[in-house]
Amino acid sequence: MTSLNRRRFFGLAGVSASALALSACGISGETAFGSGSTDGTVVIGSADFTESQIIVEIYAAALKKRGFTAETRPAIGAREAFIGALEEGAVGVVPDYTGNLLLFLDTSATAVTAEEILSSLKDALPEELSVLEPAPAENKDSMVVTSETASSLGLRSMADLSAHPELKLGAPPEFAERSYGLPGLKSKYGFEPAEFSPINDGGGPLTVQALLDDDVQVVDLFSTDPAISRNNLVILEDPGNNFIAQQVVPVVNGKLVSVAAADVLNEVSALLTTEDLVALNDRVSGEEKANVATAAGDWVEEKFPS
Amino acid sequence: MNIFEKTWLFFTQDGAWAGTGGIWQRVAEHLGYSGLILICAAVIAVPIGLLVGHTGRGENAVVAVTGALRSLPTLGLLTLFALWLGLGLTAPVLALVILAISPLLAGVYSGIAAVDRVTVDAARAQGMTESQILFRVELPLALPLIFGGIRNAALQVIATVTIMAYINLGGLGRYLIDGLAVRDYPRMVASVILVAALALIVDLILSLIQRAVTPATSKELS
Repeated sequence: MTSLNRRRFFGLAGVSASALALSACGISGETAFGSGSTDGTVVIGSADFTESQIIVEIYAAALKKRGFTAETRPAIGAREAFIGALEEGAVGVVPDYTGNLLLFLDTSATAVTAEEILSSLKDALPEELSVLEPAPAENKDSMVVTSETASSLGLRSMADLSAHPELKLGAPPEFAERSYGLPGLKSKYGFEPAEFSPINDGGGPLTVQALLDDDVQVVDLFSTDPAISRNNLVILEDPGNNFIAQQVVPVVNGKLVSVAAADVLNEVSALLTTEDLVALNDRVSGEEKANVATAAGDWVEEKFPS
Repeated sequence: MNIFEKTWLFFTQDGAWAGTGGIWQRVAEHLGYSGLILICAAVIAVPIGLLVGHTGRGENAVVAVTGALRSLPTLGLLTLFALWLGLGLTAPVLALVILAISPLLAGVYSGIAAVDRVTVDAARAQGMTESQILFRVELPLALPLIFGGIRNAALQVIATVTIMAYINLGGLGRYLIDGLAVRDYPRMVASVILVAALALIVDLILSLIQRAVTPATSKELS
């Protein structure tokens, strides 16, 4: 269910706020915020799915570790809702994913690489908002194969797929029509699967099972899905940027977050990797069913210097 | 252009009806799945219903089981079976057979059980064997109720076969599930219209067959 929600969430291109997008008004990236002093409490909001809540708890725990006061507002809603809450100043920080945030702000954006997306974001964001440093951690659609398939066919990158038109591909139904789906695989990598199996569980257990049963040989999963490491699956590289970059990035309202607090969040971003997110998702949604705050607190305890 | 005009466009666009993924193919798949499911369910439900109705034994069990089967969520079963059995026809057919058993069993059982005991006793007094009583007396008299069960099951199955598109199968549900995935609401409306129309047409045909095969006496009785 979580992944289904996530998929729906990502799909929300929704209302374009590009009309509001002014030229970022002198905010030149990093931490140059307005002079308005803050009372020291950072309010962090999350989107309505688990991974966002984990990242929020990480931000909160890291800030507390450095002596800031942080409050969390879990599960504000979809992107429309939390960007609105940021603009109103109800929350000061919300974590988001660069690619989907850009497409939300500017539905006609064409940027694909991490750098392009980041520089476009700075123009597309409303005046009062800005993004801090993005993390290396990414959660995006990925083409995944079993390790047996990868080694027997010598697959490392999506470019290797074109030599194997006998492969069957399983993905959510929208994959047949979206530009990053079958059309993208064909135009960027010359790959047309022998058969496309629409599986409507948003990269959930049915999709993973179909791959493990060899009903299909390639599937579309989220890069932070714990099923990937649990089943020793292989993510194919995407040199042609078919799937646009989706780095985890703190979106902040500059009036509500001090430069010092922003520095802490930038440090968190520098340390947060996709593998960390996989492990954290696994602890929270897997067998252990760990509390979100506990899992996030453990990560900060272990990785984040005081 | 409103959603109804767009839906009309879906029906009238080039290649909407014929060819791969066209409406005729989806209708054929839909009917094929539905027929297969109804036959499988009938093979299970009809003998049990005849036996229980005729002997009067196990009535409580039948009532309890049909009630319980009715409450099982079919999409949940489909996911469960697909995780066990993998993709393909078996998992969704199993899930839908469970859905169809309940109305069929209820129809057959209650049809036989509702036959007037005086009639059955008269047949027995004439020296008919038990199987003669069942097939020559009870079954013909029970046909209206049995057909009620078949029509009920057919309606439920045709409506619910749409969920087979949740995994990699066809049928008219393809338009519903794919349409939702890309927020193509006219396509979803078209799917709903097609499924409803198909269910009504099949029900009409079944009612005509029912009229043709039901004996005159029981027509008067019913």
